[in-house]
Amino acid sequence: MTIQFGLKSWLAGCTMLAMTASGAFAEVVFNRGNSADPESLDPHKTSTVYEANILRDLFLGLTTEDAKAETIPGAAESWTVSADGKVYTFKLRAGAMWSDGSPVTANDFVFAWQRVVDPATAAEYAYMLAPIMNAEDITAGKKKPAELGVKAIDDMTFEVTLNAPTPYFLEMLTHQATYPVSKANVEKFPTDFTKPGNLVSNGAYVLAEFVPNDHIKAVKNPKFYDAANVKIDVVNYIPTEDRSTAMKRFEAGELDSNDDIPTEQLADLKAKFGDQVRLGPYLGTYYYAFKTDKAPWDNVKLRHAISMAIDRDYLAETVWQNTMIPAYSFVPPGITGYETRTTDYAEKSQLDREDEAKKVLTELGYGPDKPLKMEIRYNTSENHKNTAVAIQEQLKPLGVEVTLLNTDTKTHYGHLEQKGDFDVARAGWIADYRDPENFLALCKTGTGNNYGQYSNKEYDDLLASAAAAADPAERMKKLSDAEGVGVARDLCVVPLLYYGFHTVVSSKLKGWEDNVMDRHPTRFLSKE
Amino acid sequence: MLRYVLKRFLTAIPTLFVIVTISFFLMRVAPGGPFNQEKGLNPVIKANLEKVYHLNEPLWKQYLLYLNNLLHGDFGPSYNLPDFTVGELFAAGLPISIQLGLSALVLALVIGGMLGIIAALYQNHAADYAVIATATAGSTIPTFVIAPLFQLFFALTLKWFPVGGWGDGAFVNKVGPILTLMLPQLAVVARLMRGSMIESLRAHHIRTVRAMGLSDYSVIIRHALRGALLPVISYAGPAAAALLTGSIIVETIFSIPGVGRYFVEAALNRDYTLVMGTVVVIALFTILFNLIVDVLYAVVDPRVRYD
Repeated sequence: MTIQFGLKSWLAGCTMLAMTASGAFAEVVFNRGNSADPESLDPHKTSTVYEANILRDLFLGLTTEDAKAETIPGAAESWTVSADGKVYTFKLRAGAMWSDGSPVTANDFVFAWQRVVDPATAAEYAYMLAPIMNAEDITAGKKKPAELGVKAIDDMTFEVTLNAPTPYFLEMLTHQATYPVSKANVEKFPTDFTKPGNLVSNGAYVLAEFVPNDHIKAVKNPKFYDAANVKIDVVNYIPTEDRSTAMKRFEAGELDSNDDIPTEQLADLKAKFGDQVRLGPYLGTYYYAFKTDKAPWDNVKLRHAISMAIDRDYLAETVWQNTMIPAYSFVPPGITGYETRTTDYAEKSQLDREDEAKKVLTELGYGPDKPLKMEIRYNTSENHKNTAVAIQEQLKPLGVEVTLLNTDTKTHYGHLEQKGDFDVARAGWIADYRDPENFLALCKTGTGNNYGQYSNKEYDDLLASAAAAADPAERMKKLSDAEGVGVARDLCVVPLLYYGFHTVVSSKLKGWEDNVMDRHPTRFLSKE
Repeated sequence: MLRYVLKRFLTAIPTLFVIVTISFFLMRVAPGGPFNQEKGLNPVIKANLEKVYHLNEPLWKQYLLYLNNLLHGDFGPSYNLPDFTVGELFAAGLPISIQLGLSALVLALVIGGMLGIIAALYQNHAADYAVIATATAGSTIPTFVIAPLFQLFFALTLKWFPVGGWGDGAFVNKVGPILTLMLPQLAVVARLMRGSMIESLRAHHIRTVRAMGLSDYSVIIRHALRGALLPVISYAGPAAAALLTGSIIVETIFSIPGVGRYFVEAALNRDYTLVMGTVVVIALFTILFNLIVDVLYAVVDPRVRYD
């Protein structure tokens, strides 16, 4: 009796196994390491790349990104731009649906974008819609959300009016802050529409589970217009704060990819994982800002002398293990049509730069009797500390007495934003979209993130004339000139390193294309 | 006894109030705020955010608002995880931390207690030295070493357990975190138990019961153990409060979605409401376990009376 029963269940087990092996019921599951949990799954309340990675799979903007992060049509099938470059008319994709089966209409976009700029939403990325007529006034509470320059001509036609021609507007529309939300969904669950079960989305995936600090599960959306070409059935976004654990989980096969690696273990990881370790340039710059409105740092020559004495090759190779690239311009390379402007000593050898720096310091009267004192402020991070310590050592032979001041991130940026006193402060900027203006605006007079308080009329005028330029090539030229003035000539910031992405991607994952934005929509990936 | 317990509960209320008040104002002394970050916010947007969370109001108003919400059981929204309220974060994470912490504590008390008794009975013999050596090693090797070693050996080499993750509470996912949490506690319990047991065995009343011809078992378990338990109990109370509210190191290394990480993360993020939530929860646990310790004292030691 027992034997018979045992045999039966054994046979049943075999059949089950055979079915799974044949793939009849096998789901393709992608366990995607994402260093941190998203702050929010409300696309309008996000601020970090961690939620961008998830929302890119859940939602579809008017335009979207392909595997190489190039802009392609998304929720909009096509569009036309008026002759003056200010009015965009988008034709929405026929038959496109939300995951609940209702159609995606122009009214959803009107609702969503008015919601983004509404002060009551307090969207951190409201400025992504700033090029649109009245957007900034609405966010500042001076106008009503209904006055935003957007209109539903009919269910399938969405019209946007801009303040000025904005060449990067279509690329901005790939950003999560511009994603639509279903009006019916948000009105039904005003405070918790982002919860699993409530959230309705129009992208390749739908939210299934969210356990904070454990995993977010998204499943393929059968209503997605291109669902036939989506090969991965389930994505689990797994936050692993501890990078070393993430590497072990990758090694054990618990993760198929991870968006970060412990860079200090790079050599070992490369030996272990081979070309599953991916490195490459990322559109961001690691920089130091001098407090330019205060003596002695208001002296451009002095700023250059310090900048010249910093050995960026050493920082990149030794401190950052080649996961960063030496930088001599604020705008990183990789933006089509833009010529970066580097400081004139970029091509010189480090020895020549140091000689030059010594000469300047002596000219300015600094020496053993009157040493230059400089304090570097940085936020807590092992690598920020190592960078500052290396710079301290590099400046020592020149007689510069560098002291270091480390505070936690909130204190650091709180101090900088309140325009507190400092000599040199560490900061970094990762581009939201591929445009030099995204970086150069940080040196504009009065900008909140202009920590060094740089102010120069020539620079501001160049940025203004670039904004007014009708011809994209002319605009790029003006921006390049602005960088020549503000960065290469005046060092409004001291560029040290360009960021690099450093990820691990399993060789089982296909379709992962390295790109400067380090964006990889799951819909273009497949797994063996 | 009941009156005593009730009285203790009532005195907990002003204690909590003082803790909440001090923490609320101390936290605001820390420079920076929840919305200072690497990618600085436009002042208009920052002002809008502060308005949404009432951070633009005078501090005393925010304090009253917080107290009022707290009295209604509302811990407020988390600033850095706005999809969740602080209450929801604890509802999701606290059961996980309690499960791991409680398992570790019970194992540490049972195994550590037994080892301690064995060591005491065989004082200055091989068994004693073995226990003491293990205990010393256990309490000196930090968890941030034990945890990765566990991962390397049991997960990557032997492949018995997963490296990390909660796995919806699967048994294999809990083994590493529980063992890592347990080992240092076990070491302390074993040492405490050994010491107090040796002392207890020398007491006059033990000599008396031995003289009366009671069996070894009866002497050790019924008489000596009672007195020997007191130091262990007074250690276990605060240890329980700490263990049950999660460990940032163990939870981070094993990627466990407990609440241990919130204590540090929330403070670093200036997530004021989450900081307050963690303070209230820890305070409640500490008060509760101190009370349990006092009650257990009366149960275990006939000399202690609260009436």
